[in-house]
Amino acid sequence: MKLLKYLFVGMLFGIILVKSEAVSWYRIYEMFKFQAFHMYGIIGSAVVLGVLGVGFIKLMKLKNIEGEKINIKPKEKGLIRTLLGGAIFGLGWALAGACPGPMYILVGTGVISMLIVIAAAILGTLVYGLIRHNLPH
Amino acid sequence: MQQIHGMEYILQPWPWYVSGPLITFIMLLLFYFGKTFGMSSNLRTLCSMGGAGKYADFFKYDWKAQRWNLVVVVGAIIGGFISVQFLSDGSTIDLSSNTINDLKALGFTNAGESLLPPEIFGWDAVLNVKGLSILVIAGFLVGFGTRYAGGCTSGHAISGLSNLQKPSLLAVIGFFIGGLIMTHFILPLIFTA
Repeated sequence: MKLLKYLFVGMLFGIILVKSEAVSWYRIYEMFKFQAFHMYGIIGSAVVLGVLGVGFIKLMKLKNIEGEKINIKPKEKGLIRTLLGGAIFGLGWALAGACPGPMYILVGTGVISMLIVIAAAILGTLVYGLIRHNLPH
Repeated sequence: MQQIHGMEYILQPWPWYVSGPLITFIMLLLFYFGKTFGMSSNLRTLCSMGGAGKYADFFKYDWKAQRWNLVVVVGAIIGGFISVQFLSDGSTIDLSSNTINDLKALGFTNAGESLLPPEIFGWDAVLNVKGLSILVIAGFLVGFGTRYAGGCTSGHAISGLSNLQKPSLLAVIGFFIGGLIMTHFILPLIFTA
């Protein structure tokens, strides 16, 4: 089954984020307090290697599993949307101690109350979709 | 008792220099599969699945093309379960002593003895107006902010920065502006010892 490989990708992702403690509210608090290198090490090393990896993909014009050239969609531009939207996200990230990936993973670790956070995140996304035309981007 | 060689390294918490590169591996694997790494997109997909396309064009798209990402979510939940059930040795989180002291001042005892503070996520804390509001507001801000910004930690901070995207750099700066305000100014107002 074509979708099965994504189940394994997700499982690996979940295991990495739990074992690295990146799903921990405490680690996010510690990060925003600049009291440990741990989270900066995780994100920093992921990004440095990611830059090298993406650079290599582009340089070698590597193909994906379908045989097409790997083409990474550029992110949408907008000074207000990125800074203001980012700041709104950041407020929630530091309060919940979890961004979307860890939210799902934490449900698996047995934190059932995280379902409330996820439901509210879906609601937040819905409200954004409803009022986005009235927002500066 | 006979132990599988190396297993203790898997059961212990993983250091950043193992975890970070593995996250890069996940991102590159998804590129190889012709997809992109982005966890918050699933929130939009769930809105579309639920019929939100009737109310806003933003949700009117072929969500079935995003099914793969929902499968990643299911996998992530299973991965979370496997990690705590089978791949943990019960280690506590080795937080900085400054963090533990700062949290104590906010009324968080036993910081690092579980993944999440029971002071926020335990049912005793959740089942009252204040506790429930915290979770709902936090989730709402994440869901609203991530779509407004066009991505979350995986989409902007990891994939976007790896692809040298300027919007992602701005978004990550935004993440930190919000995160620092919450941690340094708002959390001390919400929680007191």
